[in-house]
Amino acid sequence: MSSNKDSITNVLKVALLVCLACAIVVSTAAVALRPVQQENRQLDLRRNILAAAGLLQDGVSVQEQFEQVNTRLINLETGEFSDEFDTETFEPRDAIRDPALSEAIPASEDIAGIKRREQYTEVYLINDSEGQLQTLILPVRGYGLWSTLWGFIALDSDLNTVRGFGFYEHAETPGLGGEVDNPNWKEQFIGKEVYGGQGSVELAVKKGSVNRSNEMEATHMVDGLSGATLTSRGVTSLIQYWLGERGFKPFLTKLEAGEA
Amino acid sequence: MSETRKVLLAPIFANNPIALQILGICSALAVTTSVNVTIVMCIALTSVTAFSNLFISMIRNQIPSSIRIIVQMTIIASLVIVVDQILKAYAFEMSKQLSVFIGLIITNCIVMGRAEAFAMQNPPGMSFIDGVGNGLGYSVVLLFVAVIREFLGAGSLFGVEILATVNNGGWYIPNGLLLLPPSAFFIIGGFIWILRTVYKDQVEESEFTMKAHVKKEAM
Repeated sequence: MSSNKDSITNVLKVALLVCLACAIVVSTAAVALRPVQQENRQLDLRRNILAAAGLLQDGVSVQEQFEQVNTRLINLETGEFSDEFDTETFEPRDAIRDPALSEAIPASEDIAGIKRREQYTEVYLINDSEGQLQTLILPVRGYGLWSTLWGFIALDSDLNTVRGFGFYEHAETPGLGGEVDNPNWKEQFIGKEVYGGQGSVELAVKKGSVNRSNEMEATHMVDGLSGATLTSRGVTSLIQYWLGERGFKPFLTKLEAGEA
Repeated sequence: MSETRKVLLAPIFANNPIALQILGICSALAVTTSVNVTIVMCIALTSVTAFSNLFISMIRNQIPSSIRIIVQMTIIASLVIVVDQILKAYAFEMSKQLSVFIGLIITNCIVMGRAEAFAMQNPPGMSFIDGVGNGLGYSVVLLFVAVIREFLGAGSLFGVEILATVNNGGWYIPNGLLLLPPSAFFIIGGFIWILRTVYKDQVEESEFTMKAHVKKEAM
């Protein structure tokens, strides 16, 4: 009996049948659950967009709250709005990995440690009742200590004052770098100004605490996270990159001039 | 009936997979910073162990011994993917926090260990119960660790603040060490100590005894 069980034919038969059965189970689960998963992912993203803008309310459905948000596609190269893709189906995070829609960043320019930058991305606009821009929410990302931090920064209608800032995905050390999620720390960003007099990005995380009597620090800097120097530095770099010339600066300039 | 009971309950304290067999330590270090996450991880691991035992036991008479390990791995891996997909669909927040650790159940020694040691020799029903039992044994240790780590490391339980931390304007300075993986080693060590004080038969015999101090130099 055992020789029969261990015969080559039987080995192949069992291997084949087990693989087939497992493949069917796995693919059924993956296909059947995909719509629910996609909905979850979108809901999660929307919740984070609202949270970054400080608009998230408990008890109201995220979908309902998100109706006030206008999602637009922009071309990071030209800094203009684009209709190249439908925002309903466009997946910004897939575009980053797509070689046709993104390009490698030369190491010297890659201060945020993100390796590739997409050509198109989504931005989120919230208009007031008269159709005037009230809040602009931009996606940002950059490398901290262990992981890429993914977040959103919300700017006021002057495209300079921060309305909110937060990360929705990272794997920094809990209790140290993970404190980027601490609401008290995130609150410090509100009201800070991104650009200095010469149009350079001045918003930064300081090592140590901010000297409030120094005007430059008081308007542009927030306290560093103790025990998380590299995460803090990563946050500064990603702000530098994404709000700088290679990031959203061209778009912000055109938007302000009404040319976007 | 008593046999079933034994298979189900023995792994919890008397023959605990983590504390006695020292299997599955890896995820016990990684996912025990908060109780909520730990509970989801425990449910995931228990169901994977139970069902992999069940399926492997069902085909145990057909599996050729030359490829039995890879067959077990295939079944375990498929179950883990299914669990991961289900979590992504119905417990998205949790699956985000658990990230890779659900996938790493594949490499959890308990699952494979039970498949090889129990399911290959026993009928499906019993194997299923053995899987549940070992999952529970794993869960007991993880919850023990998670409660201590979350309570002292973050001042909360189940995400509800109990000790008001300094960061939130309270008085409690959280012990940062408990949020880092090494702390789980100390707690698991403590757990094993307690367990072996109660169950004396789990204490291993020393492999050698130290000689009394010899005064005279060797000639």
